[in-house]
Amino acid sequence: MTQVKEKERKLTIARAMAEAIAQEMRTDDKVFVMGEDIGELGGVFGNTRGLHEEFGSERVRDTPISETAFIGAAVGAASDGMKPVVELMFVDFFGVCFDAIYNMMAKNTYFSGGNVTVPMVLMTSTGGGYSDGGQHSQCVHATFAHLPGMKVVAPSNAYDAKGMMIAAIRDPNPVVFMFHKALQGMGWLGTEKEAIVHVPEAAYEVELGKAVVTRPGTDVTIVGITSGVHFGLKAARILEEQGVSAEVVDLRSLAPLDRDTVIESVKKTGRLIVVDEDYHSYGMTAEIIASVVEAGVPLKAAPQRVAYPDIPIPFARPMEQWALPSPEKIIAAFNKMKED
Amino acid sequence: MKPSQEQQVWMYRHMLISRFFEEAIEKIYMEGKTPAFNMANGPIPGEMHLSNGQEPCAVGVCAHLTAEDVVTSTHRPHHVAIAKGVDLKAMAAEIFGKKTGLSGGRGGHMHIFDANVNFSCSGIIGQSVGPAVGAALSRVMQKKSGVAVAYLGEGAANQGAFHEALNMAGVWNLPVVFVIEDNSWGISVSKRASTAIERNSDRAVSYGMPGEFIEGNDPVAIFDVVGEAIARARKGQGPTLIEIETSRLAGHFMGDGETYRPAGEKEALQKIDPIPVMKQRLMAEGILTDAADAAFIAEAHAKVDEAIQFARDSEYAAPEEAMEKVFV
Repeated sequence: MTQVKEKERKLTIARAMAEAIAQEMRTDDKVFVMGEDIGELGGVFGNTRGLHEEFGSERVRDTPISETAFIGAAVGAASDGMKPVVELMFVDFFGVCFDAIYNMMAKNTYFSGGNVTVPMVLMTSTGGGYSDGGQHSQCVHATFAHLPGMKVVAPSNAYDAKGMMIAAIRDPNPVVFMFHKALQGMGWLGTEKEAIVHVPEAAYEVELGKAVVTRPGTDVTIVGITSGVHFGLKAARILEEQGVSAEVVDLRSLAPLDRDTVIESVKKTGRLIVVDEDYHSYGMTAEIIASVVEAGVPLKAAPQRVAYPDIPIPFARPMEQWALPSPEKIIAAFNKMKED
Repeated sequence: MKPSQEQQVWMYRHMLISRFFEEAIEKIYMEGKTPAFNMANGPIPGEMHLSNGQEPCAVGVCAHLTAEDVVTSTHRPHHVAIAKGVDLKAMAAEIFGKKTGLSGGRGGHMHIFDANVNFSCSGIIGQSVGPAVGAALSRVMQKKSGVAVAYLGEGAANQGAFHEALNMAGVWNLPVVFVIEDNSWGISVSKRASTAIERNSDRAVSYGMPGEFIEGNDPVAIFDVVGEAIARARKGQGPTLIEIETSRLAGHFMGDGETYRPAGEKEALQKIDPIPVMKQRLMAEGILTDAADAAFIAEAHAKVDEAIQFARDSEYAAPEEAMEKVFV
């Protein structure tokens, strides 16, 4: 036991991301980082900390506040043999630069019949819960995952963050890497302690497009991604006290979407609750439920979703906390299923 | 920087190929679209933006480039693609949507990609500039030779992307040349009605780079000014913004009634069609003879005919191949 403890090396998602990028930069000189305040500052959310010190301004490149230019430039550099990792500081800012993302980054491979590749990573922060208002708190998972041509992934813990970042950098396709601010391990953003886990030092990949059963159970399947997984795990513990065995599935990737893992789980439990901090309508929750229903999985109760209401994210703390998904809402959803 | 006789002839020949290609496309485009014009019909469906009149912008720039240099172009890309050396047969087949096309028919006329000569374009106004800046950055970081040229229309200079990309190219002193093809119309809105200053090239001062305006739609003048800009870029002396006065002899797209044009404008432009102007210049300077001209015309027609025939003869890919090449 003592030995195991000595080997354990708990990292935040921020540290795990920075370590993954650094390891890839050491072995592949085509990898470079670009974005706002990602240089000496180390990224507003800490995920490029230490990179500038080790690799310098040429490869860890602060940009002007010009997302259209530097994401467009990443597309051009990626197609010319480089492997850019670029940061869109808040995903909410996609409005100013979405052409570069969904009309070029995501489509150039297809438009070229696969002759031009765009091996780049667009990392971007998501999520709220700390009263940052409606332009700095969104998830917009579905907005990205809806559009073809880019992989969209979002880890819920540091182990996956490192392995998925390495996989994303090595992927010949464009990957949007979303990281939730409250899981980032920056104390000032309300850190989720369960996201801070053991991370092996050596480089490794976590395959993109693969969900994982985070907690096995038999009575109900709770599907989530990023913060939704942690809400699900907390709900599962409360349900356990009530004698209910909840299985929690962490999607990890929105595109490609691992429907099989979800379907297998629901085949076992017969009940499905989907949790998402993104908006309720037309979102991931609907996609998961539709996929299970289309697969003809026998259900013991109507599936439920716990998602963000269809409102701009409010500032006032009581309002925002009321609107967010929570373990209590998941339990209420389960209780509703019992009534069916 | 004056073009050699050989370079002038190269420019003229590629202007001919480009024009004949567009004339062939124009004719075929109308197949199946009369009497009722429906964009979805005929062997070439969809929008079609012809480059007639803008050939000098293509040849005067691309005469300085080789396959390793990167060019990003616009929704009106054929003339530039031809001057950059894009495979004409594969491009024609792409415009027809055939399996033998550059992307197997997934892109179409506004999405021409030829990795062999580092050519690409985008149908989104102003989005040619970011990738060119990135390609230039890539060459610097990889310590590889080659420069990038971004083409855009005068209307695109009013997009935010233009400001962002030029500023970043200036800050990072990158080997990129921005070439504005000023045909004075953004579909139906004139440059005067849309742009606060007369010359977009004057904006270069905001980005710490030289700005040049080239009058007259003249391949030789373009060759001269662009040559200096590309030489600077190759020497690591940074980016340049160039605006070329050119003329769009066709509509914005095929089917455009062009009712917005002032009376007589088009006739006046046709009188200064750059191809006969170039021919007369070459004749006057003794660079071109009637016999050589006839040979070049025949050569250009043959190339275009071969490409068009290839496109016509090619098969469509199976519809379900649409599902492929989203990822590699």
